[in-house]
Amino acid sequence: MPSTPILLKISGLSKSFADQKVLTDFELSIQDGEFFTLLGPSGCGKTTILRIIAGFEQADAGCIELDQQDITLLKAENRPINTVFQSYALFPHMTVFDNVAFGLKMAKVNSAEIKQRVNEVLEMVQLQDLAQRKPQQLSGGQQQRVAIARAVVNRPKLLLLDESLSALDYKLRQQMQIELKRLQRKLGISFVYVTHDQEEALSMSDRIMVMNKGEVQQIGTPRDIYENPANLFVARFIGEINQFDASVIQRIDEDHIEVAVEGADWVVKTQYPLHAGDKVHILLRPEDLRVTNVEQSQGKVHMLGNIVDRNYKGKTLDSYIRLPSGNEVVASEFFDEDDPDFDYSINQNVAIQWVTGWEVVLPYEGQL
Amino acid sequence: MKKMIKGFQFWSIGLASSWLSLFVLVPSILIVIISFLSTDVEHFARLPLTFSAYGKVFDPLFLVVLGNSLKMALMATLICLLIGYPFAFLITQLPQKLRGLMMFLMILPFWTNSLVRIYAISFFLGKKGLINQSLQWFGLIDQPLNLLYSQFAIVYGLSYLLLPFMVMPLYNALEKLDHSLLEAAKDLGANSFQRFVRVTIPMTMPGIVAGCLMVLLPAMGMFYVADLLGGGKNLLLGNVIRTQFIQTRDWPYGSALSVVMIVLLSLMLWGYLKSSRSVNRKGGLGDSDF
Repeated sequence: MPSTPILLKISGLSKSFADQKVLTDFELSIQDGEFFTLLGPSGCGKTTILRIIAGFEQADAGCIELDQQDITLLKAENRPINTVFQSYALFPHMTVFDNVAFGLKMAKVNSAEIKQRVNEVLEMVQLQDLAQRKPQQLSGGQQQRVAIARAVVNRPKLLLLDESLSALDYKLRQQMQIELKRLQRKLGISFVYVTHDQEEALSMSDRIMVMNKGEVQQIGTPRDIYENPANLFVARFIGEINQFDASVIQRIDEDHIEVAVEGADWVVKTQYPLHAGDKVHILLRPEDLRVTNVEQSQGKVHMLGNIVDRNYKGKTLDSYIRLPSGNEVVASEFFDEDDPDFDYSINQNVAIQWVTGWEVVLPYEGQL
Repeated sequence: MKKMIKGFQFWSIGLASSWLSLFVLVPSILIVIISFLSTDVEHFARLPLTFSAYGKVFDPLFLVVLGNSLKMALMATLICLLIGYPFAFLITQLPQKLRGLMMFLMILPFWTNSLVRIYAISFFLGKKGLINQSLQWFGLIDQPLNLLYSQFAIVYGLSYLLLPFMVMPLYNALEKLDHSLLEAAKDLGANSFQRFVRVTIPMTMPGIVAGCLMVLLPAMGMFYVADLLGGGKNLLLGNVIRTQFIQTRDWPYGSALSVVMIVLLSLMLWGYLKSSRSVNRKGGLGDSDF
């Protein structure tokens, strides 16, 4: 999307706490109107980035531009950016209305306009009836909505959300994910969302940045990141994945190589410049593996294994299969009631296959 | 085991309540009874029952003392608040390890008898005291100032003695202040002054009220401070009561004054509890915060 203008541009950012380097020469560009997620395990530096964007922390070096204006040295209270805090941080001594009106009062907006804008936003988050309540009289989900209303009423150029759904229970979280995404589309404000929950990131984001230990691992659309992880960390962090160590036998053509995996020769798709003898990782999502009876797999490339566990999940059935090499893989298949062979028993010998092109091939990163 | 806990509960609660009954409840009841008795030259207190002691409470002379006493106590409270709030705030800004040490250092002088420290203040404020001597040495004044034996000296002494009682509840309230609320206010465009007025003060109001009461209530009764620093000219409520018991020997009058003082202070406490409950409803601060 090169046509969309860049809203926020971070360049050369470095930050350390005490002697611990959290970020080094960090770069980030956020487009106008996109839902951008910073995803990574706790301690990867994602919250630090958010706090630097908000202005709560000063970077040691680097530059932050918002709408082509340098805001690196601008105080948090003067940045046209608002934050939805992880703990919501609602003012307990004020009503819902006063909480939402706080930013507008600080901006010296006249009271008639404050009233109108606050009511508008409260209506949008469906809290207009609770405007005179105190935050602690609200449920977690309602508090969350107040926190969002309090931020968006100021019409910020950028909205930051710090693990804002993590305090909610599973069902409510799913519901809020949908609401948040709708709200973002409606408002057209760029959201920067910080989370360690990959499912959340995949379902809400336009683009995701996966981080680990202060380093950017990959930036891309959810689909990109899920289907074409750039490295082992991303592959493992996003969703479940099976990993095979393989070695290249020969290159077949520009797009394909032949590899030895678990004692069989497979053709896989890759554009990495690999040569015979190179070690590679072959990665497969559980839903991309097909489990069949041994007889059915005759004449096709396959690997054999024993079922060690079956995990019924309603929609899908997960089979845990141990291979002769000791490697244990998981295959996830949609339930098919009409297939008499579908239900395998524990210890049964089965064959595993996949469709060429569904695998992810990565250069060898060492035994992790 | 259960029996042992039961036994422990019985003895510990029993001991505490009998102690309180013997040394607080019984004397208080005696005071109330005596306040309704009459007096003569031979007896501290005697029958018949009368309201005459309470009549004397509305003596204009006493009302002046009450007004003065309240004024000095309020001034001491205000001074303690103005010193105590920034002080408590600064302590909360220190690393965790140093906070305890600072609080300890603040309380440390209070292990010396307060009477001794008030004597020390009287030397400090006297004509040949440190303040006057240094002011003269710098050539700022020719004649020593009359600092001692004034309302100023009493307020000074009260503020000095009662400062920790202000700092402790304030420190408690400030330490519990949720830092993310200040960040939220900052995020919403509040500058440091607005953050202080709109978030810090309302959120620490229970601590402010508690601290003010902890200073105001005892300040009314500290007669020895008025004795040593006020030179007998400036009286606190406590002085009048003390005089009735020890010098004038009008026990019913002294008791009536005590009852009036207790009622006044109870009213203030009641007002505090009521306000703290409303803050509780508003601010989500529990009673444990005080």
